[in-house]
Amino acid sequence: MKKRQFTLTALCLSLAGFAMSASAQKKYDPGASDTEIKIGQTMPYSGPASAYGTIGKVQAAYFKQLNEQGGVNGRKINFISLDDGYSPPKTVEMVRRLVEQEEVLLTMGTLGTPSNTAIHKYMNTKKVPHMFLATGASKWNDPKNFPWTIGFNPNYNSEGKLYGQHILATKPNAKIAVLVQNDDYGKDYLNGFKDGLGAKAASMIVATASYEVTDPTIDSQIVTLKGSGADTFFNITTPKFAAQAIRKVDEVGWKPTHYLNQVSASVGSVLKPAGLDKAVGLISMLYVKEGSDSRWDNDPTMKDFKALIKKYAPEVSPDDGNATYGYAVAQTMVQVLKQAGDNLTRENIMKQAASIKDFQVPMVLPGVLANTSPDDFALFQTIQMVKFDGKTWVDFGKPVTVK
Amino acid sequence: METFIHQVVAGIATGGVYASLALALVMIYQSTHHINFAQGEIAMFATYMAWTLLNAGVSYWLAFTCTILLAFALGVLIQRIIIRPVENAPVLNIVVVFIGLLVILNSIAGWVFTYTIKSFPSPFPKEPPFGLHFISSHELGSIGVTLVLLLMLYGFFKFTPLGLAMRAAAQNPDSSRLVGIRVGWMLALGWGLAAAIGSVAGMMIAPVVFLEPNMMSGILLYAFAAALVGGIDSPGGAVLGGFIVGILENILGAYVIGTELKLSVALVLIIVVLTIKPAGLFGKVIVSRV
Amino acid sequence: MSANLPSHEKAIPWIWLVLGLLGACALPFFITNYHVFQLSMVLTYAIALVGLNILIGYSGQISLGHGAFLAIGAYTSAILMDKADMPYWMTIPIAAAVCLVVGFLFGLPALRLEGHYLALATFALAVSLPQLLKFKHLEFLTGGVQGIVIMKPEAPWETLFGLKLNSDRWLYFFTLAVTVVMFVIGWNLIRGRVGRALIAIRDQPIAAASMGINTSMYKSLAFGVSAMFTGVAGALSAILVAFVAPDSFTVFLSITLMVGMVIGGVTSLPGALYGALFIQFIPNIADQISKAAPWAIYGIMLILFMYTMPTGIAGLLRLIGQKLRPTHP
Repeated sequence: MKKRQFTLTALCLSLAGFAMSASAQKKYDPGASDTEIKIGQTMPYSGPASAYGTIGKVQAAYFKQLNEQGGVNGRKINFISLDDGYSPPKTVEMVRRLVEQEEVLLTMGTLGTPSNTAIHKYMNTKKVPHMFLATGASKWNDPKNFPWTIGFNPNYNSEGKLYGQHILATKPNAKIAVLVQNDDYGKDYLNGFKDGLGAKAASMIVATASYEVTDPTIDSQIVTLKGSGADTFFNITTPKFAAQAIRKVDEVGWKPTHYLNQVSASVGSVLKPAGLDKAVGLISMLYVKEGSDSRWDNDPTMKDFKALIKKYAPEVSPDDGNATYGYAVAQTMVQVLKQAGDNLTRENIMKQAASIKDFQVPMVLPGVLANTSPDDFALFQTIQMVKFDGKTWVDFGKPVTVK
Repeated sequence: METFIHQVVAGIATGGVYASLALALVMIYQSTHHINFAQGEIAMFATYMAWTLLNAGVSYWLAFTCTILLAFALGVLIQRIIIRPVENAPVLNIVVVFIGLLVILNSIAGWVFTYTIKSFPSPFPKEPPFGLHFISSHELGSIGVTLVLLLMLYGFFKFTPLGLAMRAAAQNPDSSRLVGIRVGWMLALGWGLAAAIGSVAGMMIAPVVFLEPNMMSGILLYAFAAALVGGIDSPGGAVLGGFIVGILENILGAYVIGTELKLSVALVLIIVVLTIKPAGLFGKVIVSRV
Repeated sequence: MSANLPSHEKAIPWIWLVLGLLGACALPFFITNYHVFQLSMVLTYAIALVGLNILIGYSGQISLGHGAFLAIGAYTSAILMDKADMPYWMTIPIAAAVCLVVGFLFGLPALRLEGHYLALATFALAVSLPQLLKFKHLEFLTGGVQGIVIMKPEAPWETLFGLKLNSDRWLYFFTLAVTVVMFVIGWNLIRGRVGRALIAIRDQPIAAASMGINTSMYKSLAFGVSAMFTGVAGALSAILVAFVAPDSFTVFLSITLMVGMVIGGVTSLPGALYGALFIQFIPNIADQISKAAPWAIYGIMLILFMYTMPTGIAGLLRLIGQKLRPTHP
């Protein structure tokens, strides 16, 4: 009798064990298998925004090296990055190809506010993870209405607000001039900035000048802004124009307190061409490590990064802010994939992306931790303000939490 | 008032940029009667050649001269190899070939040199002239260079037999052949000279706008407008047109319509000028009798 | 088409047309939705190229700015769908009417200019329009820099003759129907009085004027009609992509249209279709050939096409057709 009981219990236990392992079995959605994970991306490799193509190049190199080292959980990453020329209809076409023809598991780091706006609804209707968008527009953090979209960059709006609040606190009688790129990204920053200044925005901002990406120079705008008599300057420009502005401000003999948006804070691709001496005193924000910062010379992830681009993407400069940014995004992606383990369904990927807890992305500044929750998809809540000392960005004040 | 003067002077400075590329457009037009949309990209490519030389340690003026010669050779090669097969084709076909050329040069520049901006040195001193902040020494120097080019071009076309032969070849290829002019080589020469002028323009422009493959695309439209406003067959007109466009754009942007619509309004005004004076301010009006 | 050809020769083009149309109708059920979407885009480009052809080919003018009419048509459709809740099919004729008027009004002064000057004027149009779309005082209408997101229309029926319909397939059939209508309008225009007048003005402007043809009126009309076609194409593309933004309508788009027209074949209605296929698919093919410099491949192909097919793809096919046709004694 006892023997039979024993075998019965053993049978039951082993059956239970079998059932448990069955539930821990591998689960795949299109784009994932035992051997590979397909990741899609659109990037402007041509056209007016082609300087950002470096991001995709670095990410492709990162995944290539990762595959040589065994991949993620034994699976190779098949990274398909297509050119959309920064044109929204082309983005739609390429993303449809990625989702419907290539059948990728998810998209990572699709770049550009208009490009992503064009595919926002589509990705959420098709229930494909639309991850780590390479844009800081505030509308990507909306898990209630768009549960499949998660941004990466700290919000442009929040950064602008931070500068506005900073000016209110340190220079309440400042006369502010603003140079802004005439598009979605520029407007996002400007609106946040005005929010930060609150009721005093209208009286403090004495001059605003805008420019188009197709304009050859912004000299005239700088002349106008200087002529307004402002003593503070908020520079909302993309790299090429930021470099022009920094140089022109110096040339016309204007010495305002100069706030520069994070988008153009790269020493290598903006400050060096403009002239490092002209950039002294610039105030900005950083969250990704800079290649030119000697603080990180012996940092393991920076050393890995420099070795990677030397081997796989030699035309990329380690000082290029786009390069370290791309690296950081790729690292975060790998973390999410690792967390997902063998359950590579799209639903689980989003679940893992929405439950990142205090993760220090190696390429991100120490102390700036990535955190997400099901009702808040904003990855980086703390921002560190920095000031340029002629050689590198130096921490300026304490890290600030922004929402 | 000071800001106004500053805007005008800044307009003259940017106008100088447009004027130098407009000269290249006039050059190619006078020798081939085509407007070459790829002119900007040829200039950009030549500037990258200069950048490569400078990076290799060559001194500025040596690199400058070598680039002009290389650009000249490039222009001649392009004409002989790529343009010659479609010389007698309908205008639209030639335009498509120009566009193909534009796209090829842009793409290759992006591939070889990447799209990140690069700084390009200026041969002029860093301090502003006479300590004033209205204009930088480089901008003033570039205007000077453009004016020198203008004088050389004007003299070449007006006073030298070669210049006359080139103009004849463009205006009336058949009659020119009868008189013994080697029309094919005149066209090649025209392209070479236009590329050379373009390379100088590029080397003057790059320190201001930073070197990158898309550097010339914004400028090409302004240069085109400037050349037409001044008169497409008049080098002096093109240069003056450049300054006019530069000043107009700045004044409109700063005082009239704001920076958001200044390009549109500037272009509208230019077109209005062209409807009144169809051949441009200094162009020759061709009257056709019926 | 000569009236002296025997009747069976005249019938051949019609057979091809009918077969082609049947094939086009059957296609969406055999290919993926993504390819159906691409083909729908091809059809919109074809309509735009017919418009461009009327202006450049038959009327002898030039336009480097037709992207502007794509934008006007697209935004008209988007604004009506977004702000006035208008059904998508109703927006097409309205977009056509708006572009007809705008094109005509633009043509009246602009067509006093010739050649390069007209090119500049049209270029200016292409450059200014995105600026206008972003203008803050028009933002309430155009959505400014953010553009307008539209709801993609759903198919009205679940199945058609027992075959499954979805949004992409339905929109493809809708686009196909509009394309056929526009091609028929274009064909009639070209064969009729207007077309003959335009060709007369193009080839012998002075003689045409002395014959009593109101050249400036006809030229402006040609501009208006050509804008109308392009506007319809723009409206359709807005519905297909379900999004409009100033960034979608760059100067390069205008240049691409012109390139497509020349490659397809100037003064040729089927040329519009070949050109549309070229501008839709060749950049993708170029991307497959070279990831590093795809546009260089595209440019090389442009130049090679111009060397080998100066009369465009349509011209080449016409030549081949002539060589294959048996000669009559």
